Amino acid sequence: MTSPGETSRRGLLVRIGALFNLVAGVVLAVPIARYLLSPASRKRTRAYESWISLGAVDQFPAGETRLAIYRNPFHTPSDGDTAKVPCWVRHVDGNAFQVFAINCAHLGCPVRWFPQSNLFMCPCHGGAYYADGSRASGPPERGLFEYAWKVESGQLHIRAGELPTPGLTTLGVRRSRWA
Amino acid sequence: MGLRGLVRWFDERLQLGKPMKAVLEHPVPRQTASWFYVFGSAALTLFVLQLVTGILLALIYVPSAGEAWNVLHVLNRDVSAGWFIRALHGWGSNFMVAIVLIHMVQVFLFGAYKYPRELTWVVGVLLLLVTLGMAFTGQVLRFDQDAYWGLGIGASIASRVPAVGHAVVDLMLGGPIIAGATLSRFFALHVFVVPGLLIAFVAVHLVLVLKLGINEWPMPGRLVRRATYVQEYQQLAHEDGVPFVPNAVGKDIVFSGIVLLAVAACAFFIGPFGPGGQPDPTIIQVAPRPDFFFLWLYATLSYLPPSYETPVLLIGPALVVLGLIAVPFIAGEGEKSWKRRPLAVMAVILVAVGWASLTHLGLHTPWSPEMDAWSGQPIPDKYLEHRTALERQGALVFQLKQCRNCHALEDSGGKRGPPLDAVAVRLTRDQLIRQVIQGGGNMPAYGKNLSPPETTALVAYLETLRPKGEAPAQNASNAAARGSGP
Repeated sequence: MTSPGETSRRGLLVRIGALFNLVAGVVLAVPIARYLLSPASRKRTRAYESWISLGAVDQFPAGETRLAIYRNPFHTPSDGDTAKVPCWVRHVDGNAFQVFAINCAHLGCPVRWFPQSNLFMCPCHGGAYYADGSRASGPPERGLFEYAWKVESGQLHIRAGELPTPGLTTLGVRRSRWA
Repeated sequence: MGLRGLVRWFDERLQLGKPMKAVLEHPVPRQTASWFYVFGSAALTLFVLQLVTGILLALIYVPSAGEAWNVLHVLNRDVSAGWFIRALHGWGSNFMVAIVLIHMVQVFLFGAYKYPRELTWVVGVLLLLVTLGMAFTGQVLRFDQDAYWGLGIGASIASRVPAVGHAVVDLMLGGPIIAGATLSRFFALHVFVVPGLLIAFVAVHLVLVLKLGINEWPMPGRLVRRATYVQEYQQLAHEDGVPFVPNAVGKDIVFSGIVLLAVAACAFFIGPFGPGGQPDPTIIQVAPRPDFFFLWLYATLSYLPPSYETPVLLIGPALVVLGLIAVPFIAGEGEKSWKRRPLAVMAVILVAVGWASLTHLGLHTPWSPEMDAWSGQPIPDKYLEHRTALERQGALVFQLKQCRNCHALEDSGGKRGPPLDAVAVRLTRDQLIRQVIQGGGNMPAYGKNLSPPETTALVAYLETLRPKGEAPAQNASNAAARGSGP
């Protein structure tokens, strides 16, 4: 028997046991949380992006807009076809390019280029963009997403690796990429 | 030891016989043995069907972005009855969402959410959410083009969450793009996490139904009062009640059987859902569309003004859920009968009509350009007859510049813009030129994309588009200036 205010052996054991499990819980929680958050962790997200070649510049005739396909720099063995990413390359003239993401700035559906009317059209909700990627009509609030690009030893490179989404630009981070 | 002895042997150890008998034979008000009270049990039956067929599919399915689509075809073609199991699971899902919604409407109209069944309703709302969660994650596992681009839509919506949108997208996709990790995590959600929640909520829901008793048949004028309700209900259930088994369960069993047969019939005669085109993002000739129960959302997204979209997408769902949860706390007492609750009836009608209209629109997508109309749907002959050379040249411009993708003639072509069968009755030549060159009202400006001769020809053609006997649009001020106006 214990008097009030005193801790019994049994009560102490329960408390020690609870503390013990709490420690174990924390020890397990940290790696579990890291595991769950790993796709969004800072170290990872910085590694998602890199310069990728879209091929020789002369594949893209001046004045035309062509579909190009690259393999996402970050991929896993189970990706299959989904590691491939399409984008629209507009060779303005000379060494001036524009590379647009395939994803509509509204909800990410794949926009199609119509050279006859010089428009990109989205099949989902009818967004339309002019040849330079600026918004023409429909629900998108902005123009098409653009990749940063550079020409090196005759190859067109873009900086890519992440699905462009409307929220990215409003974040302020990575603004340079989806200018 | 006979069968009876065996049963007794087990019951001596498990001691489940008595409580089970009590549960099965619990008294319910006489009138609840009704055809209106069969939807909850039917939803449960469908859930069991989904569990069984889901496990069967998991025996074959591979949650790999590189393999899933091929395996779905193996299921459809190479595994005996594989197509049928897939069809049962797909149709079972549609039926389950439908029955859960009907159950909810019935509960709402019969005032069953009122005191003391508030928590039953709240858990029911959670069950609706996890059921929809199952439907959404399941549509991703059918990993085809629609699933792939549907995920892109989901990511675009998630990215709009302020401040953490980017992290939410990475967590949702399991990486920077829609790929292998995305399908794996939707598989884990669909097969472990959401069903786990569903089972837990169903258990609580059922316990509550048993503890509080099934809602009595609402009588106009019989009001729910916190002080007296429990006693009144006990009277109804015990003095005028019948045991759930066998008196009330009969209709439940019959209806569940009918529903199962209906699912099987749809599965057998209509077959499985897809898979659609292969989930290769470089095939961009697609028009992604969500499954039936998300079409209303798809329609909403195309009609919202751009500036409203983000708040509506992010706050709207939370408000709807909070509103549903609040129902029993706002109207927890009083009249149960729908005959004396005109607001409740109107709310149901309003939601139903709104939902049906949006779903109808979602099926027809009048806001989407028809991407192949310009190359696949020639201008009807009667719109070419008796035209001059210039006008026919304009018709060619009309076709080749993809105008048809958004504008219909004789119902063929896109519905994104207005049909142009009678455009010359509405717009004068000047207005036509202005509209073509400058665009506006959701139309892109074609000024840079048409040469002056093309514009002249196009407008000359558009001016011929008016029904016989209807006068062309006139500029009233011109007529007045010439002194011939009214």
